[in-house]
Amino acid sequence: MKKFIAGAATAALMTVAAATPSSAEYLKEHRGGTMRLLSHAAAGTIDPHINYTLQYWQIYQSTYDGLIAFQKAAGADGFVKVPDIAEEFPKPTNDGKTYVFKIRKGIKFSNGKELGVKDVVASLQRIFKVSSPTAGGFYSVIVGADKCIKDPKTCTLEGGVVGDEAANTVTINLTRADAEIFDKLALPHAAILPADSPTSDVGSNPLPGTGPYMFSAYDPNKGMTLVRNPNFKVWSEQAQPDGYPDVVQYDFGPTEEAQVTAVQNDQADWMFDEAPADRLAEIGTKNKEQVHVTPLTAWWYLPFNNNLAPFDNIKARQAVNYALDRKALVNLFGGPVLASPVCQVLPPGFPGHVDYCPYTKDPGAKWSAPDMEKAKKLVEESGTKGQKVTVIVEDKAVAKSIGVYLQSLLTELGYVAEVKPISPDIQFTYIQNTNNKVQLSVTQWYQDYPAASDFLNILFGCSSFTPGSDSSINMAGYCNKDVDAKMQKALALGVTDQDSANKLWAEVDKAVTDDSAAAALFTPKHLDFVSKRLGNFQFNSQFYWMVTQSWVQ
Amino acid sequence: MSEVVLNTVIKSRGPWATAMRRLWRDRAAMAALTCFLIILCMCLLAPVYAGWSHAEPFKSTLDATIQINGQTVNVMEQSTEGLGLGYNPIGPTWQLGNYFLGADNQGRDVMSRLLYGGLNSFLIAGAATVLTLFFATLIGLAAGFFGGVVDAVLSRVLDILWAFPVYLLAISLSIVLIAHGIEIGPITIESGSLWLPIFIIGIVYIPYVARPVRGQVMSLRQSEFVMAAIGLGASNSRILLRDILPNVATTLIVFIPLMMALNMLTESALSFLSIGVQAPDASWGTIIQDGQGLLYSRPMVALAPGLAIVLSVLALNVLGDGLRDALDPRSKIKLGRG
Repeated sequence: MKKFIAGAATAALMTVAAATPSSAEYLKEHRGGTMRLLSHAAAGTIDPHINYTLQYWQIYQSTYDGLIAFQKAAGADGFVKVPDIAEEFPKPTNDGKTYVFKIRKGIKFSNGKELGVKDVVASLQRIFKVSSPTAGGFYSVIVGADKCIKDPKTCTLEGGVVGDEAANTVTINLTRADAEIFDKLALPHAAILPADSPTSDVGSNPLPGTGPYMFSAYDPNKGMTLVRNPNFKVWSEQAQPDGYPDVVQYDFGPTEEAQVTAVQNDQADWMFDEAPADRLAEIGTKNKEQVHVTPLTAWWYLPFNNNLAPFDNIKARQAVNYALDRKALVNLFGGPVLASPVCQVLPPGFPGHVDYCPYTKDPGAKWSAPDMEKAKKLVEESGTKGQKVTVIVEDKAVAKSIGVYLQSLLTELGYVAEVKPISPDIQFTYIQNTNNKVQLSVTQWYQDYPAASDFLNILFGCSSFTPGSDSSINMAGYCNKDVDAKMQKALALGVTDQDSANKLWAEVDKAVTDDSAAAALFTPKHLDFVSKRLGNFQFNSQFYWMVTQSWVQ
Repeated sequence: MSEVVLNTVIKSRGPWATAMRRLWRDRAAMAALTCFLIILCMCLLAPVYAGWSHAEPFKSTLDATIQINGQTVNVMEQSTEGLGLGYNPIGPTWQLGNYFLGADNQGRDVMSRLLYGGLNSFLIAGAATVLTLFFATLIGLAAGFFGGVVDAVLSRVLDILWAFPVYLLAISLSIVLIAHGIEIGPITIESGSLWLPIFIIGIVYIPYVARPVRGQVMSLRQSEFVMAAIGLGASNSRILLRDILPNVATTLIVFIPLMMALNMLTESALSFLSIGVQAPDASWGTIIQDGQGLLYSRPMVALAPGLAIVLSVLALNVLGDGLRDALDPRSKIKLGRG
């Protein structure tokens, strides 16, 4: 009986498979048309080595390639890395410190020039020459990077990146083994550009790329246009498939309200910005077929200043953690459909994540309810009652409403609290600089790539804390030597045994949570609102909606 | 016949009594004054209303419930239709003391906040008006009376202030001062204090009043009664306080409602931009900002303070016009023989 069922299922699957068109057939059927995207504002420079925004990283997926790429696939398969400009994954040698990449032949830039070894070498040097925001963080592990960081203009990465034209290879030498080097090489900051690209920020002048699309126009005040790259030929469906629309028109300017209306009226196919809170119920009912909600590997959190009163006292930090009504905070974000309460750093489904929540009524794996009684007791014990606390938030609807909620909560706990909304353009750097004496702030962190270190080491590692700097991403100023040593051990272990490393990261996550370095609020979900005509919507966990893998006709 | 004329005593009224009489007979001005006083009195009763209604005006009450027609209703409602997206505050219940105008996105009673907000708006506008008039009068009197270097210096300072668009100057000052407050010698104003918008608004409008005052003082300086006082050896301070200031007073009185109206609008604009009254305190500007994100689903949150601002400013402007007509000796309003 069992065998019959299995056989029938197999037969059924084969029938479905036969009836389902292949991607080539889809491409033939749906190829063409203009996809219209909307955003309230541009995201700055178009330079892929400099721009550090999700908004453009999403677009770069169709225009640029790196030695390695995250697979262009839906869901968590998007975290899988595949060779892109490189023919295959090189095997590490020299104790994991040397990688020899064989460069694919026949790939052309959109300007018609063939991609070669010199382009790869120049691109890796350019990361430092243009002072990419992640040059010191992600790529400092390359031999010669320290000199390049000190003197970017003369950067050669001598001994770190070596090209061999005859063998068509590029060798990358590292100062230490790095389990995440492939992740870092798959980011747009390591995109391969023509060797003759300017060694400064190109601003609004797009650079040629190797993807199926190229920028034909970019004006930060108006919009951008992507057209097909005439020199593109598919070399790997997984790394860089062809796209459906002929043109992608991305317009800047309309407010979020106007964007919702435009998508509802089929005047636009997708909106980048979050739908306004007062339109959610409407689009969730009238346009529910056009809404796609997907969990993100991100968190909203409150970095306590661990070095400034009252939060230099662990009991004061834990008190706030116990008092937080995470259900209310989820509701301020749009309700349980759009966010889930969390107590720890690593998001659910992320490498190293093990459910853990000590700051709840009944401590365990999940958050259930706030414990105000315990929170008030901890405030009393800490001796910080009556102290003044200022909460710095972005002057945006959700962040501000969280700030007002916190002001109310802190007042209830016995503090003299105030909330200060400041421009979103400066809030993120303002709260990083210790000179501003920020006690508590509301912020978010979205993964760069799927590795626990991208949350734990970046946000709570001792090396990420630079007092007096606007680039001190460890906003909590948390530096626990024991925890930091464990992080370094996990990073090293990841080179040879990622599973064991992830277990170690879980311990680090628990330790940082126990120390209450920050207060986790919730994990957000992403809402994509698309037009009725848009088909084949696919959400990639790494770079979100795959724009050119959807069709409009 | 001549006897009759001699026995008739014609009572002459003073200029202030005449002005009051003119104002009393100006129906539009009286209606405006009544409207303004009603709004002001309602706002003054904010603590009484909030205490009576038991609805929180300042504390976030996201999990609060209320009774409407015997049924328990959440103040914040989760959408249950379709995908269940969205989380909206309750709309107007039209029941006094029971979320009459609904709740904002923190579950706070909009009606209570509207009244408290009005109180803050009036307080800021009033105090800023006093500040503006005080400094404008000082500057106008000094510049107009002494002339020469004093006038040149003070007029250039006013020119510099005048050169900035008022809102741009107010916004710039607010952005700079809102983060750290002000410390000038022994005077310290905390960043969240209401004195900060009062100070900023009070300062930016000084040229608007100081210039006409200066012009009027310059004209009065040349008048016969002032020349006579100078000829008789009266001191400058006596001439300024006893001869000139009373003649400028009518101009200043006309300015009071007009400046109040202008200050209310400026305060609302600054608070709307998050650089005026700071959360959780309310002003009509901050409530409009709270309502901005609810315009589609709960328009009353933004409409109510908007309407309050319109009514108050309109009333103050009409009252200002009435005062001007009443205090102007060339007024065309005919007096009866009451």
